[in-house]
Order: sequence, then C-alpha cells, then structure tokens
Amino acid sequence: MKTGLLPRLGRDMRRNWPLYLLAVPMILFYLIFCYGPIYGQIIAFKDFSPGLGIMGSPWVGLKHFEAFFQSRTCWALIRNTFMINLYALAFGLPAPIIFALLLNELRNPLFKRTVQTVSYMPYFISLVVVCGMILEFTRQDGVVNDLIALFGGRRTSFMLDPGWFRPIYTITDIWQGLGWGSIIYIAAITNIDQGLYEAATIDGAGRWRKMWHITLPGIRETIAIVYIMKVGQMMSLGFEKIILLYNGMTYETADVISSYVYRMGLMQMNFSYSSAVGLLNSVINLVLLVIANKVSKRLFEVGMW
Amino acid sequence: MKLRKRPKSIFPLLNGIILCLVGALCLYPMLYIVFASLSEPARIMKHTGLLLGPLGFTFEGYTLAFRNPNILTGYMNTIFYVAVGTACSLAVTAAGAFVTSRKDAMLAKPIMLGIIFTMYFSGGLIPLYLLVNNLGLYNTRMAIILVGLVNTWNLIVMRTSYLGIPDSLEESAKIDGASPLRTFTSIYLPLSKPMLATMTLFYGVGNWNSWFNHMIFLRDRAKYPLQLIMREILIANDMSSMTNMNTVGTYTNDMYQVLVKYAVVVIATLPILCIYPFLQRYFIKGVMVGAIKG
Repeated sequence: MKTGLLPRLGRDMRRNWPLYLLAVPMILFYLIFCYGPIYGQIIAFKDFSPGLGIMGSPWVGLKHFEAFFQSRTCWALIRNTFMINLYALAFGLPAPIIFALLLNELRNPLFKRTVQTVSYMPYFISLVVVCGMILEFTRQDGVVNDLIALFGGRRTSFMLDPGWFRPIYTITDIWQGLGWGSIIYIAAITNIDQGLYEAATIDGAGRWRKMWHITLPGIRETIAIVYIMKVGQMMSLGFEKIILLYNGMTYETADVISSYVYRMGLMQMNFSYSSAVGLLNSVINLVLLVIANKVSKRLFEVGMW
Repeated sequence: MKLRKRPKSIFPLLNGIILCLVGALCLYPMLYIVFASLSEPARIMKHTGLLLGPLGFTFEGYTLAFRNPNILTGYMNTIFYVAVGTACSLAVTAAGAFVTSRKDAMLAKPIMLGIIFTMYFSGGLIPLYLLVNNLGLYNTRMAIILVGLVNTWNLIVMRTSYLGIPDSLEESAKIDGASPLRTFTSIYLPLSKPMLATMTLFYGVGNWNSWFNHMIFLRDRAKYPLQLIMREILIANDMSSMTNMNTVGTYTNDMYQVLVKYAVVVIATLPILCIYPFLQRYFIKGVMVGAIKG
C-alpha cells in the first residue's frame, strides 16, 4: 500500500527528529550564510540604499546590467577573466599530471617520497606570503632580476608590466599547486591493474607506450573530474591572489570580474551595481559548469551528474 | 618467445634530475626567506643574487618581530581564530556529515542536494557583506568564525568516509537502544579518527592562512590576524602604523623593515611547514576520498 509523501514525512520526522537536531547548526549555516546572500542578490535589480533595506529599496529592472555592458571596462574584464582561466586550464591542468607520471617512473621509494613531501610544501604557504614572495623576488633589485642581469639580460619591473601579469600569475599558481594537485593522480595511478603493465612488457611495449596506452587511459576519469571542477571554479578562483598582486599599472590585464566586483562594491560602496556584476559572474559560472560537464560526458563518458 | 633487447635508456637519470630540480624549486623560495631572516640587514640590502646561507648571523629580526605589539596581537588573534574556528567547524561538519549520510532518514538526500547547490551557485560577495552587516556581526570575531563555519568540500569528504562505515554497526547500536547522538559519539566519531585528523588539518590550515574575510569584516586592528598584518608589511610595504621610536630602536626604518619582514614570514609559516609532513598520510586520504565522490 502506498502512503502519501506528507504522512511518510511525518513519520520520518517523529522517528528521526533527534537525528535531525544534530544537523540544525549546519542547516542554519547554509540557510543564513549561503542562501541568505542568494536571496540578497535581488538588490542587483534594485537601487539599494542601506537606510531603506533590501525590501524597501525601489526596483530598477535591468538598469545595472545595462550600465555594466555599456561601461568601457566591461569587455576588458570579460577578456581578462577568460584569458587568466585559459592559461590556468592550458598549463595548470597538465602540470600535475605530468609531475605524477614522472614520479611514477621513479624506482627509489625514498627519493620518491622526499620529492613528494617537498612538493606539497608550497600549498601550505599562505597566499599573503606567496604574493609577498612574488613581489619581493620580482622587484627591480630582486633575486629574479639579479639572475637575469647575471646572464646579461635587462632588469624588468615585472609586477608593473601588464604583459607579465598573466605569466607570473600562472607560473606561481602551478608552483603552489603542483604537488597537491598530483596527489589525486598518483592515487589513480596506483589503482591501475599491474597485470596490464606486465602484459604490455611481454608484448614489448616500452616506457612511453605503457604510459600512453595504460597509465593515461587509466587516469582519464580522474582528469575529467578535475577538469570539470576547475571550470566550475573558474569565475571565482584566484581572485584573492589577484587583489593581492595587481595595482593600477596592471589593471589592464589583471582586473577580472570578481576583483572588479570587490572594488566597486566594497571600496566604492556601489552595492547594487556590483551585485549585478557579481550575479552575472555566478550565472556565467553555472553555465560554464554545465557546458564542461556536457563536454566531459561526450569525451570521457564521465560527468558530475 | 624472445624479449627484444633495448638499449639502456637515459630516461631514469634525466627524470631524476628533473624531479630534483622541481623539488629544489618548491623548497628554495622558503629557504631563501629563512636565510634572509637570519642575515644582517645591512649586508642583505646590498646583496645581489641567490642566497646559499645566511649572511652573517643574527636573531635580531625575530626579537624585533616579537617585540612589535602589532605582530604579537596578530599572532594571538590567529591562534584564537584557528583554535575556536577549527573546533566549531569540526563539530558542525562532523555532525552534519553524520546526519546526511544516514540512508534511512528521508531528509538526508534533499539536505545534501541543497548544500551541493551552493557549491555551484553562490550569492556573491556583496550580498554576503550586507548580510553580515545587517546581522550586526560587522567587526566582530564571531563574523569570522560563522562565515567560515562549514566548508562544503570538507563536508563531502567527511560524509563519504561515514558512508563507508558498515550499516550493521549502527543496526546493532539501535537494537541496544542507543540514540542517534550516542551512535554518533560512540561509534562514528571513534571510527573516523583519521578523517577527523585530516579535517583538523584542512580547517586549521585554512583558518591559519585566511585573510580576506578578516579584511572585509573587521575594522579594529586589535582583531586583525597575523596574515593581515603581514599583508601590510609584505604587500602594501607599509609599516608606518607599526613603527615608532620605541620599536625601531637603533635601526634605520629601512633596516628595521628588512629585519622584521623576513622574520615575520618565517614565524607565520614555519609552524605549518613543520606539521604537515607528519600528517601526510591523512591528508592524502582526504584528497582521495573527496575525489571519488566529488
């Protein structure tokens, strides 16, 4: 006999209420601090003033979105956001995979473990310190320029040059995430059936063919998942690092949508306008995620949903 | 069957060299800072190129850093945020993961879906800022603890590890008349100790290194964590608000800044760098569990 949803729910509540009580703090957290701001997004369609509150402020429709699309910075921001992420996907995604493959070829367990442990280190250094190091080392009289001068090159003020922002951002990102990002691939590699390698050896396959025909296919699902996750975080990730590293001289290439939202919203107190831009950012993010998932399903038969 | 003979490859050697270089690159920047922090300021300011060891030897940077009231309060504040924040996060995450991993609770799935949705669509920075203001949490330590209370990724990892605990254990506890709270504290928590260690590390490091929420939600310098103080020293290159005749002593401002700059980075980073190698086993497990169920 089928019972309706509500009676079943009622019975479940009567039986499991002590259980649900345990989850109340977590549920409250998500309702207030995650769903609260999602509701708060409606100020993107209003002219918000703190005195009137979210409900009391007048509706203005798409005014702020139009203002953004008509602003001079709009396309530069979209281009920068896209470019920095393209760099991250093109170089940041393969780097840990290559590192894991190389590590896998090491035969000396002690050496392997040491390299691994050392490679995790940058991940544990705080972003403030990492950015401090970047600024320190790339100064006009910093270590990097000392080395360039030693080999006869010209000293450059890297962090004041818009052309250098993306490369430096990407290189240091790879540096910080190389070891940490490889953990998951190393784990996936250990799960590959060793019999496959033995069979391939008997068939006369060398190191490279085994890597290409066994190891890489063996970790492709992992690669797909990491790729979807990366795309899913595209629009928000890296923004803390950007606002630590950029300056008026490099806005041209460094300013992305999320850093612009921060500047407009929290430094110039343009709440409604910056919320509109932020909402746009979230929506683009969601769309990208759905596309990435589709692509991954088509190419690797792996998806998040 | 005859195995084809291959010429001896130079690959292993080449690979070893490449990985040594990678390791050196990961290690050296921090090592440079350590060397610089122990060097004499006048010599480090004139020095060009790599450092292979401290130039001269002095602990003066550390003495000055610990004597600077801003750095000292920053350190205390960081310890507070890490201790209280991590404890609260652990409790809420573990309990929440336990509830959402129950297969016989009807609401477990819908709650989890609602949580996962927030990973893909967030309310954004400005509404969160206004919300914190409206709740009267602006410029309170509470804001920092609450806003970072649960990390969805950590929650998923924790939940996945609970899903791996056999149901039969819970069944037998139920037959013995144990309440959900009892089952949680006397079966699930003890069984998931390694995972709790992982979570402690993840939340702990996250709190230790966090600065952005502190920057937007705190106004009083007295509540600033070390990362924000360091941001002033390293990024804005501005120590004017923390130097005066008393703190600088016999040094020039430039020298003082150089001394303190390197020392404070070491003070703020070394604790974590000393701990993580010993927790390696745990966090590798955490990363893997998250990947399976991502």
